[in-house]
Amino acid sequence: MSRLILNRRKFLIGSAALTSSAALSGCSQFDFLGQRDNPIRNAMERANVLTYSAQRALIGEQTLAREFAESEIRQGMKPNGSTEPTTPEYMFLRQANFEPYRLTIKGMVDRELSFSLAELRNMPARTQITRHDCVEGWSCIAKWTGTPLGPILDQAGVKPGARYCVYHCFDNIQRTISGDILYYTSSDLIDAYHPQTILSYGLNDQVLPVSNGAPVRLRIERALGYKQPKYLHTIELVDDLSPFGRGQGGYWEDNGYDWYGGI
Amino acid sequence: MSEEQGLPPIRGPLVYRQSIWTRVTHWVWAICLFFLLLSGLQIFNAHPSLYIGQQSGFEFDNAILSIGAVNTPEGPRGRTTLFGQQFDTTGVLGMSGPEANPTFVGFPGAVTIPSFRDLATGRVVHFFFGWIFVAALFVWFLASFINGHLRRDIVPRGKDIEDLPGDALDHARLRLTHGRSYAPLQKLSYFTVFFVLFPLIILTGLTMSPGMDAAWPWLLDIFGGRQTARTIHFVVMVLLVLFFIVHIIMVLLAGPLNELRSMITGWYRTSPGTPSEQGDRP
Repeated sequence: MSRLILNRRKFLIGSAALTSSAALSGCSQFDFLGQRDNPIRNAMERANVLTYSAQRALIGEQTLAREFAESEIRQGMKPNGSTEPTTPEYMFLRQANFEPYRLTIKGMVDRELSFSLAELRNMPARTQITRHDCVEGWSCIAKWTGTPLGPILDQAGVKPGARYCVYHCFDNIQRTISGDILYYTSSDLIDAYHPQTILSYGLNDQVLPVSNGAPVRLRIERALGYKQPKYLHTIELVDDLSPFGRGQGGYWEDNGYDWYGGI
Repeated sequence: MSEEQGLPPIRGPLVYRQSIWTRVTHWVWAICLFFLLLSGLQIFNAHPSLYIGQQSGFEFDNAILSIGAVNTPEGPRGRTTLFGQQFDTTGVLGMSGPEANPTFVGFPGAVTIPSFRDLATGRVVHFFFGWIFVAALFVWFLASFINGHLRRDIVPRGKDIEDLPGDALDHARLRLTHGRSYAPLQKLSYFTVFFVLFPLIILTGLTMSPGMDAAWPWLLDIFGGRQTARTIHFVVMVLLVLFFIVHIIMVLLAGPLNELRSMITGWYRTSPGTPSEQGDRP
Protein backbone atom coordinates (compact mmCIF):
# COMPACT_ATOMS: atom_id res chain seq x y z
CA MET A 1 0.00 0.00 0.00
CA SER A 2 2.84 2.41 0.87
CA ARG A 3 4.35 1.80 -2.53
CA LEU A 4 1.05 2.75 -4.07
CA ILE A 5 0.85 6.00 -2.11
CA LEU A 6 4.38 6.88 -3.12
CA ASN A 7 3.55 6.28 -6.75
CA ARG A 8 0.43 8.35 -6.47
CA ARG A 9 2.31 11.14 -4.74
CA LYS A 10 5.04 11.02 -7.38
CA PHE A 11 2.38 11.18 -10.03
CA LEU A 12 0.70 14.18 -8.41
CA ILE A 13 3.98 16.04 -7.97
CA GLY A 14 5.01 15.16 -11.49
CA SER A 15 1.78 16.25 -13.09
CA ALA A 16 1.67 19.45 -11.02
CA ALA A 17 5.23 20.29 -12.08
CA LEU A 18 4.40 19.55 -15.70
CA THR A 19 1.26 21.69 -15.73
CA SER A 20 2.80 24.64 -13.94
CA SER A 21 5.91 24.67 -16.12
CA ALA A 22 3.72 24.47 -19.21
CA ALA A 23 1.66 27.39 -17.95
CA LEU A 24 4.68 29.47 -16.99
CA SER A 25 6.77 29.32 -20.11
CA GLY A 26 4.08 29.04 -22.72
CA CYS A 27 4.64 26.11 -24.96
CA SER A 28 8.19 26.74 -26.02
CA GLN A 29 9.24 23.41 -24.49
CA PHE A 30 7.50 21.73 -27.44
CA ASP A 31 9.32 23.88 -29.99
CA PHE A 32 11.74 21.01 -30.65
CA LEU A 33 8.86 19.37 -32.58
CA GLY A 34 9.44 22.06 -35.20
CA GLN A 35 12.90 20.66 -36.01
CA ARG A 36 12.36 18.69 -39.20
CA ASP A 37 14.83 15.93 -38.27
CA ASN A 38 13.74 15.49 -34.65
CA PRO A 39 13.09 11.76 -34.01
CA ILE A 40 9.91 12.43 -32.00
CA ARG A 41 8.53 14.60 -34.80
CA ASN A 42 9.49 11.94 -37.34
CA ALA A 43 7.65 9.34 -35.27
CA MET A 44 4.58 11.60 -35.18
CA GLU A 45 4.78 12.02 -38.96
CA ARG A 46 4.03 8.29 -39.23
CA ALA A 47 0.41 9.25 -38.49
CA ASN A 48 0.31 10.93 -41.92
CA VAL A 49 1.15 7.59 -43.54
CA LEU A 50 -1.73 6.09 -41.58
CA THR A 51 -4.04 8.86 -42.80
CA TYR A 52 -2.95 8.23 -46.39
CA SER A 53 -3.52 4.47 -46.13
CA ALA A 54 -6.85 4.92 -44.35
CA GLN A 55 -8.15 7.38 -46.95
CA ARG A 56 -6.94 5.24 -49.84
CA ALA A 57 -8.75 2.25 -48.32
CA LEU A 58 -11.92 4.25 -47.64
CA ILE A 59 -12.22 6.38 -50.77
CA GLY A 60 -12.92 4.69 -54.10
CA GLU A 61 -10.21 5.35 -56.69
CA GLN A 62 -12.75 6.96 -59.02
CA THR A 63 -14.91 8.66 -56.38
CA LEU A 64 -15.41 12.27 -57.38
CA ALA A 65 -14.94 15.40 -55.33
CA ARG A 66 -18.14 17.40 -55.02
CA GLU A 67 -18.97 19.63 -57.95
CA PHE A 68 -20.99 22.78 -57.32
CA ALA A 69 -23.60 24.80 -59.19
CA GLU A 70 -22.74 27.95 -61.17
CA SER A 71 -24.47 29.97 -58.45
CA GLU A 72 -21.74 28.92 -55.98
CA ILE A 73 -19.10 30.84 -57.96
CA ARG A 74 -19.38 34.01 -55.90
CA GLN A 75 -15.92 35.48 -56.36
CA GLY A 76 -12.74 35.25 -58.38
CA MET A 77 -10.28 32.48 -57.61
CA LYS A 78 -8.02 33.76 -54.85
CA PRO A 79 -4.38 33.72 -56.05
CA ASN A 80 -1.90 32.29 -53.53
CA GLY A 81 1.70 31.12 -53.43
CA SER A 82 3.58 32.27 -56.54
CA THR A 83 1.52 34.77 -58.50
CA GLU A 84 4.14 36.31 -60.77
CA PRO A 85 7.08 33.98 -61.59
CA THR A 86 10.27 35.84 -62.50
CA THR A 87 12.45 33.12 -64.02
CA PRO A 88 13.78 34.18 -67.48
CA GLU A 89 12.27 31.05 -69.01
CA TYR A 90 8.80 31.90 -67.78
CA MET A 91 9.02 35.62 -68.56
CA PHE A 92 10.00 34.75 -72.13
CA LEU A 93 7.04 32.39 -72.51
CA ARG A 94 4.67 34.88 -70.98
CA GLN A 95 5.84 37.59 -73.36
CA ALA A 96 5.30 35.23 -76.28
CA ASN A 97 1.76 34.57 -75.05
CA PHE A 98 2.82 30.96 -74.28
CA GLU A 99 3.10 30.12 -78.00
CA PRO A 100 6.41 28.22 -77.53
CA TYR A 101 5.10 26.44 -74.37
CA ARG A 102 5.37 22.65 -74.31
CA LEU A 103 4.08 20.27 -71.65
CA THR A 104 6.42 17.29 -71.46
CA ILE A 105 5.64 13.77 -70.18
CA LYS A 106 8.86 11.90 -69.43
CA GLY A 107 10.56 9.44 -67.12
CA MET A 108 9.27 5.87 -66.81
CA VAL A 109 7.14 5.96 -69.97
CA ASP A 110 7.30 4.01 -73.23
CA ARG A 111 7.52 7.21 -75.26
CA GLU A 112 8.29 10.72 -74.14
CA LEU A 113 5.59 13.12 -75.30
CA SER A 114 5.18 16.86 -75.44
CA PHE A 115 2.20 19.03 -76.25
CA SER A 116 1.71 22.64 -77.19
CA LEU A 117 -1.02 24.66 -75.50
CA ALA A 118 -3.09 24.51 -78.72
CA GLU A 119 -2.78 20.72 -78.76
CA LEU A 120 -3.92 20.48 -75.15
CA ARG A 121 -6.90 22.71 -75.90
CA ASN A 122 -7.89 20.45 -78.82
CA MET A 123 -8.04 17.38 -76.59
CA PRO A 124 -11.29 16.25 -74.97
CA ALA A 125 -12.09 18.84 -72.30
CA ARG A 126 -13.66 18.57 -68.88
CA THR A 127 -15.18 21.48 -66.96
CA GLN A 128 -15.76 21.22 -63.22
CA ILE A 129 -16.87 23.65 -60.53
CA THR A 130 -14.98 22.60 -57.45
CA ARG A 131 -13.83 23.87 -54.10
CA HIS A 132 -10.17 24.72 -53.66
CA ASP A 133 -9.01 24.11 -50.09
CA CYS A 134 -5.86 25.85 -48.94
CA VAL A 135 -3.78 24.17 -46.23
CA GLU A 136 -4.12 27.46 -44.33
CA GLY A 137 -7.82 26.75 -43.88
CA TRP A 138 -9.71 28.84 -46.44
CA SER A 139 -11.76 27.60 -49.40
CA CYS A 140 -12.71 29.13 -52.75
CA ILE A 141 -15.09 27.75 -55.39
CA ALA A 142 -14.19 28.17 -59.06
CA LYS A 143 -14.81 26.62 -62.49
CA TRP A 144 -11.83 24.82 -64.01
CA THR A 145 -11.56 23.69 -67.65
CA GLY A 146 -8.88 21.38 -68.98
CA THR A 147 -8.05 17.99 -70.40
CA PRO A 148 -7.88 14.89 -68.17
CA LEU A 149 -4.35 13.69 -67.40
CA GLY A 150 -5.18 9.96 -67.41
CA PRO A 151 -5.57 9.50 -71.21
CA ILE A 152 -2.35 11.48 -71.79
CA LEU A 153 -0.47 9.16 -69.44
CA ASP A 154 -1.94 6.18 -71.31
CA GLN A 155 -0.77 7.69 -74.57
CA ALA A 156 2.77 7.93 -73.17
CA GLY A 157 2.52 4.39 -71.81
CA VAL A 158 3.36 4.33 -68.11
CA LYS A 159 5.91 1.60 -67.36
CA PRO A 160 4.86 -1.04 -64.79
CA GLY A 161 7.37 0.04 -62.09
CA ALA A 162 6.29 3.69 -62.04
CA ARG A 163 4.69 4.74 -58.74
CA TYR A 164 4.54 8.54 -58.76
CA CYS A 165 4.08 11.52 -61.03
CA VAL A 166 6.44 14.39 -60.26
CA TYR A 167 5.10 17.75 -61.41
CA HIS A 168 7.80 20.28 -62.32
CA CYS A 169 6.87 23.96 -62.45
CA PHE A 170 8.30 27.21 -63.79
CA ASP A 171 7.81 29.34 -60.70
CA ASN A 172 10.59 30.32 -58.34
CA ILE A 173 8.61 29.93 -55.14
CA GLN A 174 11.64 30.83 -53.04
CA ARG A 175 14.76 32.82 -53.81
CA THR A 176 17.86 32.02 -51.82
CA ILE A 177 21.45 33.20 -51.97
CA SER A 178 22.32 29.95 -53.71
CA GLY A 179 19.67 30.53 -56.37
CA ASP A 180 15.98 30.06 -57.08
CA ILE A 181 14.02 27.16 -55.66
CA LEU A 182 11.50 26.02 -58.24
CA TYR A 183 8.11 24.68 -57.23
CA TYR A 184 7.39 21.00 -57.63
CA THR A 185 5.08 18.46 -56.10
CA SER A 186 4.06 14.86 -56.76
CA SER A 187 1.18 12.44 -56.45
CA ASP A 188 0.54 8.73 -56.66
CA LEU A 189 -0.90 7.27 -59.87
CA ILE A 190 -4.38 7.01 -58.33
CA ASP A 191 -4.59 10.80 -58.07
CA ALA A 192 -2.92 11.20 -61.47
CA TYR A 193 -5.51 8.96 -63.15
CA HIS A 194 -8.51 10.35 -61.23
CA PRO A 195 -11.22 11.51 -63.68
CA GLN A 196 -11.23 15.04 -62.18
CA THR A 197 -7.45 15.39 -62.44
CA ILE A 198 -7.17 17.80 -65.35
CA LEU A 199 -4.49 19.93 -66.97
CA SER A 200 -6.47 23.13 -66.64
CA TYR A 201 -6.00 26.06 -69.00
CA GLY A 202 -9.32 27.79 -68.29
CA LEU A 203 -10.66 29.39 -65.12
CA ASN A 204 -14.21 30.71 -64.70
CA ASP A 205 -14.79 30.67 -68.50
CA GLN A 206 -11.63 32.73 -69.15
CA VAL A 207 -8.10 31.85 -70.13
CA LEU A 208 -6.21 30.81 -66.98
CA PRO A 209 -4.53 34.01 -65.73
CA VAL A 210 -0.88 34.25 -64.69
CA SER A 211 -1.76 34.75 -61.03
CA ASN A 212 -3.56 31.38 -61.01
CA GLY A 213 -0.88 29.39 -62.85
CA ALA A 214 -0.95 30.14 -66.61
CA PRO A 215 -0.60 28.47 -68.98
CA VAL A 216 -1.38 25.14 -67.29
CA ARG A 217 -2.25 24.21 -63.75
CA LEU A 218 -2.92 20.66 -62.62
CA ARG A 219 -6.04 20.08 -60.55
CA ILE A 220 -6.08 17.21 -58.05
CA GLU A 221 -9.50 17.86 -56.60
CA ARG A 222 -9.37 15.54 -53.58
CA ALA A 223 -6.30 17.21 -52.14
CA LEU A 224 -5.23 20.55 -50.68
CA GLY A 225 -4.04 23.55 -52.69
CA TYR A 226 -0.34 22.70 -52.54
CA LYS A 227 -1.12 19.58 -54.58
CA GLN A 228 -2.47 21.76 -57.45
CA PRO A 229 0.81 22.78 -59.13
CA LYS A 230 0.70 26.03 -61.11
CA TYR A 231 2.94 26.96 -64.09
CA LEU A 232 3.35 23.25 -64.88
CA HIS A 233 5.82 22.27 -67.63
CA THR A 234 6.91 18.66 -67.05
CA ILE A 235 5.35 15.52 -65.64
CA GLU A 236 7.92 12.90 -64.78
CA LEU A 237 7.00 9.29 -63.95
CA VAL A 238 9.25 7.82 -61.30
CA ASP A 239 9.47 5.01 -58.77
CA ASP A 240 11.29 7.06 -56.13
CA LEU A 241 10.86 10.63 -54.88
CA SER A 242 14.17 10.95 -53.06
CA PRO A 243 16.23 12.42 -55.97
CA PHE A 244 14.06 15.55 -56.13
CA GLY A 245 14.52 18.63 -53.95
CA ARG A 246 15.13 17.51 -50.39
CA GLY A 247 13.51 14.18 -51.15
CA GLN A 248 10.07 14.62 -49.62
CA GLY A 249 8.16 14.82 -52.90
CA GLY A 250 7.49 18.53 -53.21
CA TYR A 251 8.42 22.08 -52.26
CA TRP A 252 6.03 22.30 -49.32
CA GLU A 253 6.61 18.65 -48.49
CA ASP A 254 10.36 19.46 -48.22
CA ASN A 255 9.30 22.15 -45.75
CA GLY A 256 7.57 19.71 -43.43
CA TYR A 257 4.06 19.43 -44.91
CA ASP A 258 2.58 15.97 -45.42
CA TRP A 259 3.04 14.44 -48.84
CA TYR A 260 -0.50 13.10 -49.33
CA GLY A 261 -2.28 16.40 -48.67
CA GLY A 262 -5.77 14.88 -48.59
CA ILE A 263 -6.57 16.24 -45.12
CA MET B 1 -14.74 -5.47 10.55
CA SER B 2 -13.50 -3.73 13.69
CA GLU B 3 -16.01 -0.88 13.40
CA GLU B 4 -18.44 -0.74 16.28
CA GLN B 5 -22.00 -1.38 15.41
CA GLY B 6 -24.71 1.15 16.25
CA LEU B 7 -22.65 4.27 15.63
CA PRO B 8 -23.46 6.08 12.40
CA PRO B 9 -20.54 5.67 9.99
CA ILE B 10 -18.51 8.82 9.42
CA ARG B 11 -17.85 7.83 5.85
CA GLY B 12 -19.27 5.55 3.23
CA PRO B 13 -17.55 2.50 1.84
CA LEU B 14 -14.64 2.66 -0.56
CA VAL B 15 -16.11 1.55 -3.88
CA TYR B 16 -14.38 0.42 -7.06
CA ARG B 17 -15.82 3.10 -9.30
CA GLN B 18 -13.63 3.45 -12.40
CA SER B 19 -12.57 0.50 -14.52
CA ILE B 20 -9.07 0.30 -15.96
CA TRP B 21 -10.55 1.17 -19.38
CA THR B 22 -12.04 4.42 -18.09
CA ARG B 23 -8.87 5.38 -16.18
CA VAL B 24 -6.45 4.74 -19.02
CA THR B 25 -8.58 6.43 -21.69
CA HIS B 26 -9.19 9.39 -19.34
CA TRP B 27 -5.46 10.18 -19.10
CA VAL B 28 -4.86 9.44 -22.77
CA TRP B 29 -7.57 11.99 -23.61
CA ALA B 30 -6.13 14.51 -21.16
CA ILE B 31 -2.79 14.39 -23.00
CA CYS B 32 -4.41 14.27 -26.46
CA LEU B 33 -6.74 17.21 -25.83
CA PHE B 34 -3.87 19.32 -24.49
CA PHE B 35 -1.85 18.80 -27.68
CA LEU B 36 -4.91 18.95 -29.96
CA LEU B 37 -5.92 22.31 -28.50
CA LEU B 38 -2.50 23.93 -28.77
CA SER B 39 -1.68 22.53 -32.21
CA GLY B 40 -5.21 23.41 -33.32
CA LEU B 41 -4.69 27.05 -32.37
CA GLN B 42 -1.45 26.96 -34.38
CA ILE B 43 -3.42 25.72 -37.41
CA PHE B 44 -6.13 28.34 -36.84
CA ASN B 45 -3.46 31.06 -36.82
CA ALA B 46 -2.58 30.24 -40.44
CA HIS B 47 -5.91 31.82 -41.40
CA PRO B 48 -7.50 33.38 -38.30
CA SER B 49 -11.02 33.85 -39.69
CA LEU B 50 -14.15 31.72 -39.49
CA TYR B 51 -16.93 31.64 -42.08
CA ILE B 52 -20.41 30.24 -42.68
CA GLY B 53 -20.90 28.29 -45.92
CA GLN B 54 -18.99 26.24 -48.46
CA GLN B 55 -16.23 28.76 -49.05
CA SER B 56 -14.44 31.75 -47.53
CA GLY B 57 -15.69 35.13 -48.68
CA PHE B 58 -12.88 37.31 -50.03
CA GLU B 59 -15.12 39.36 -52.32
CA PHE B 60 -18.24 38.99 -50.17
CA ASP B 61 -18.68 38.80 -46.42
CA ASN B 62 -19.59 35.54 -44.72
CA ALA B 63 -17.09 35.76 -41.87
CA ILE B 64 -18.34 35.56 -38.30
CA LEU B 65 -14.96 35.84 -36.60
CA SER B 66 -11.80 37.50 -37.75
CA ILE B 67 -8.62 38.14 -35.79
CA GLY B 68 -5.97 40.51 -37.06
CA ALA B 69 -4.07 43.72 -36.51
CA VAL B 70 -4.80 47.22 -37.78
CA ASN B 71 -2.79 50.41 -38.03
CA THR B 72 -4.17 53.26 -35.94
CA PRO B 73 -2.80 56.77 -35.34
CA GLU B 74 -1.42 55.43 -32.01
CA GLY B 75 0.34 52.56 -33.78
CA PRO B 76 -0.69 48.97 -34.51
CA ARG B 77 -3.47 47.36 -32.45
CA GLY B 78 -4.85 43.84 -32.27
CA ARG B 79 -8.41 43.72 -33.52
CA THR B 80 -10.97 40.95 -33.28
CA THR B 81 -14.23 41.16 -35.21
CA LEU B 82 -17.04 38.93 -33.95
CA PHE B 83 -20.44 39.06 -35.71
CA GLY B 84 -19.52 42.49 -37.08
CA GLN B 85 -18.63 43.88 -33.64
CA GLN B 86 -15.05 45.09 -33.36
CA PHE B 87 -13.01 44.59 -30.21
CA ASP B 88 -9.55 45.86 -29.35
CA THR B 89 -7.70 42.70 -28.29
CA THR B 90 -4.14 44.05 -28.23
CA GLY B 91 -1.92 41.86 -26.07
CA VAL B 92 -4.08 38.78 -26.46
CA LEU B 93 -5.47 38.30 -29.97
CA GLY B 94 -4.02 39.65 -33.19
CA MET B 95 -1.07 41.31 -31.53
CA SER B 96 0.82 40.04 -28.50
CA GLY B 97 4.23 39.73 -26.92
CA PRO B 98 6.55 42.48 -25.61
CA GLU B 99 5.39 46.02 -26.36
CA ALA B 100 8.68 46.99 -28.01
CA ASN B 101 8.67 43.96 -30.27
CA PRO B 102 5.12 42.62 -30.66
CA THR B 103 4.15 39.56 -32.69
CA PHE B 104 1.23 39.86 -35.10
CA VAL B 105 -0.47 36.53 -34.73
CA GLY B 106 -4.04 35.33 -34.01
CA PHE B 107 -3.57 33.39 -30.77
CA PRO B 108 -0.34 34.18 -28.88
CA GLY B 109 2.63 31.82 -28.94
CA ALA B 110 2.02 30.91 -25.28
CA VAL B 111 -1.00 28.81 -26.33
CA THR B 112 0.29 27.30 -29.58
CA ILE B 113 2.57 24.38 -30.44
CA PRO B 114 5.17 25.31 -31.56
CA SER B 115 5.25 28.76 -29.94
CA PHE B 116 6.37 30.29 -33.26
CA ARG B 117 4.39 30.17 -36.49
CA ASP B 118 4.76 26.71 -38.01
CA LEU B 119 1.64 25.36 -39.66
CA ALA B 120 3.39 22.21 -40.93
CA THR B 121 4.37 21.14 -37.40
CA GLY B 122 0.96 22.10 -36.01
CA ARG B 123 -0.59 19.72 -38.53
CA VAL B 124 1.84 16.89 -37.71
CA VAL B 125 1.06 17.19 -33.99
CA HIS B 126 -2.70 17.63 -34.53
CA PHE B 127 -3.16 14.59 -36.75
CA PHE B 128 -0.93 12.39 -34.58
CA PHE B 129 -2.97 13.10 -31.46
CA GLY B 130 -6.19 13.08 -33.47
CA TRP B 131 -5.63 9.43 -34.32
CA ILE B 132 -4.87 8.51 -30.69
CA PHE B 133 -7.88 10.50 -29.47
CA VAL B 134 -10.23 8.66 -31.85
CA ALA B 135 -8.65 5.27 -31.07
CA ALA B 136 -9.10 5.87 -27.31
CA LEU B 137 -12.71 6.93 -27.87
CA PHE B 138 -13.36 3.74 -29.82
CA VAL B 139 -11.80 1.59 -27.06
CA TRP B 140 -13.75 3.45 -24.36
CA PHE B 141 -17.11 3.11 -26.14
CA LEU B 142 -16.56 -0.60 -26.68
CA ALA B 143 -15.38 -1.25 -23.09
CA SER B 144 -18.07 0.95 -21.55
CA PHE B 145 -20.77 -0.79 -23.53
CA ILE B 146 -19.54 -4.19 -22.36
CA ASN B 147 -18.77 -3.35 -18.71
CA GLY B 148 -21.98 -1.34 -18.23
CA HIS B 149 -20.32 2.06 -17.59
CA LEU B 150 -22.40 3.61 -20.38
CA ARG B 151 -25.68 2.22 -19.08
CA ARG B 152 -24.90 2.83 -15.40
CA ASP B 153 -23.15 6.20 -15.42
CA ILE B 154 -23.42 7.99 -18.75
CA VAL B 155 -26.80 7.61 -20.42
CA PRO B 156 -29.37 9.55 -18.32
CA ARG B 157 -32.49 7.61 -17.44
CA GLY B 158 -36.02 8.74 -16.57
CA LYS B 159 -35.17 8.92 -12.87
CA ASP B 160 -32.15 11.14 -13.61
CA ILE B 161 -34.35 13.60 -15.46
CA GLU B 162 -36.80 13.65 -12.52
CA ASP B 163 -33.95 14.20 -10.06
CA LEU B 164 -32.31 16.86 -12.21
CA PRO B 165 -33.85 19.98 -10.57
CA GLY B 166 -32.98 18.73 -7.07
CA ASP B 167 -29.45 17.83 -8.17
CA ALA B 168 -29.00 21.24 -9.78
CA LEU B 169 -30.11 22.87 -6.50
CA ASP B 170 -27.66 20.70 -4.53
CA HIS B 171 -24.84 21.71 -6.88
CA ALA B 172 -25.79 25.39 -6.57
CA ARG B 173 -25.56 25.05 -2.77
CA LEU B 174 -22.32 23.07 -3.17
CA ARG B 175 -23.87 20.11 -1.37
CA LEU B 176 -22.04 17.46 -3.28
CA THR B 177 -22.76 13.84 -2.50
CA HIS B 178 -20.48 11.03 -3.58
CA GLY B 179 -22.48 8.02 -4.63
CA ARG B 180 -21.73 4.73 -6.30
CA SER B 181 -22.77 6.10 -9.69
CA TYR B 182 -22.89 9.58 -11.20
CA ALA B 183 -25.34 12.32 -10.19
CA PRO B 184 -27.90 13.43 -12.83
CA LEU B 185 -26.03 16.63 -13.81
CA GLN B 186 -22.80 14.69 -14.02
CA LYS B 187 -24.41 12.08 -16.27
CA LEU B 188 -25.81 14.79 -18.50
CA SER B 189 -22.42 16.53 -18.80
CA TYR B 190 -20.57 13.37 -19.75
CA PHE B 191 -23.39 12.29 -22.04
CA THR B 192 -23.07 15.63 -23.86
CA VAL B 193 -19.30 15.29 -24.14
CA PHE B 194 -19.34 11.68 -25.38
CA PHE B 195 -22.44 11.70 -27.55
CA VAL B 196 -22.46 15.28 -28.84
CA LEU B 197 -19.15 17.16 -28.51
CA PHE B 198 -16.63 14.38 -29.24
CA PRO B 199 -18.53 13.05 -32.31
CA LEU B 200 -19.08 16.62 -33.54
CA ILE B 201 -15.46 17.63 -33.28
CA ILE B 202 -14.32 14.45 -35.05
CA LEU B 203 -16.87 14.73 -37.87
CA THR B 204 -16.31 18.45 -38.45
CA GLY B 205 -12.57 17.74 -38.48
CA LEU B 206 -13.09 15.11 -41.17
CA THR B 207 -15.28 17.52 -43.16
CA MET B 208 -12.25 19.77 -43.55
CA SER B 209 -10.48 16.96 -45.43
CA PRO B 210 -11.04 17.22 -49.19
CA GLY B 211 -10.43 13.47 -49.39
CA MET B 212 -13.11 12.65 -46.81
CA ASP B 213 -15.56 15.03 -48.52
CA ALA B 214 -15.25 12.85 -51.64
CA ALA B 215 -15.74 9.65 -49.62
CA TRP B 216 -18.57 10.94 -47.45
CA PRO B 217 -20.21 13.85 -49.30
CA TRP B 218 -23.03 13.84 -46.72
CA LEU B 219 -20.57 15.46 -44.31
CA LEU B 220 -20.86 18.67 -46.35
CA ASP B 221 -24.65 18.44 -46.27
CA ILE B 222 -25.11 17.87 -42.55
CA PHE B 223 -22.75 20.69 -41.59
CA GLY B 224 -23.65 23.09 -44.41
CA GLY B 225 -20.24 23.28 -46.08
CA ARG B 226 -16.56 22.97 -45.29
CA GLN B 227 -16.22 26.46 -43.85
CA THR B 228 -19.24 26.03 -41.56
CA ALA B 229 -17.70 22.74 -40.41
CA ARG B 230 -14.47 24.57 -39.62
CA THR B 231 -16.46 27.11 -37.59
CA ILE B 232 -18.31 24.34 -35.70
CA HIS B 233 -14.97 22.60 -35.04
CA PHE B 234 -13.76 25.83 -33.40
CA VAL B 235 -16.98 26.35 -31.39
CA VAL B 236 -16.88 22.77 -30.07
CA MET B 237 -13.26 23.38 -29.06
CA VAL B 238 -14.44 26.37 -27.01
CA LEU B 239 -17.18 24.24 -25.41
CA LEU B 240 -14.64 21.52 -24.54
CA VAL B 241 -12.36 24.12 -22.94
CA LEU B 242 -15.37 25.30 -20.87
CA PHE B 243 -16.09 21.68 -19.95
CA PHE B 244 -12.46 21.27 -18.87
CA ILE B 245 -12.65 24.36 -16.63
CA VAL B 246 -15.89 23.18 -14.97
CA HIS B 247 -14.44 19.66 -14.70
CA ILE B 248 -11.38 20.94 -12.81
CA ILE B 249 -13.52 23.17 -10.54
CA MET B 250 -15.79 20.23 -9.71
CA VAL B 251 -12.81 17.98 -8.93
CA LEU B 252 -11.46 20.64 -6.57
CA LEU B 253 -14.86 21.14 -4.89
CA ALA B 254 -15.65 17.44 -4.61
CA GLY B 255 -12.32 16.57 -3.00
CA PRO B 256 -9.35 16.50 -5.33
CA LEU B 257 -7.50 13.63 -3.64
CA ASN B 258 -10.52 11.32 -3.62
CA GLU B 259 -11.36 12.21 -7.21
CA LEU B 260 -7.77 11.78 -8.39
CA ARG B 261 -7.50 8.48 -6.53
CA SER B 262 -10.58 7.17 -8.30
CA MET B 263 -9.14 8.11 -11.68
CA ILE B 264 -5.76 6.52 -10.86
CA THR B 265 -6.56 3.45 -8.74
CA GLY B 266 -10.27 3.18 -9.45
CA TRP B 267 -11.23 3.34 -5.72
CA TYR B 268 -13.57 6.10 -4.59
CA ARG B 269 -14.67 7.12 -1.09
CA THR B 270 -18.46 7.52 -1.03
CA SER B 271 -20.52 9.78 1.23
CA PRO B 272 -21.83 8.50 4.59
CA GLY B 273 -25.03 6.53 4.17
CA THR B 274 -24.05 4.90 0.90
CA PRO B 275 -25.14 1.27 1.22
CA SER B 276 -22.30 -1.23 1.12
CA GLU B 277 -22.12 -3.87 -1.55
CA GLN B 278 -20.03 -6.93 -2.02
CA GLY B 279 -16.52 -6.04 -3.15
CA ASP B 280 -16.43 -2.68 -1.35
CA ARG B 281 -13.69 -1.84 1.07
CA PRO B 282 -14.36 -0.15 4.42
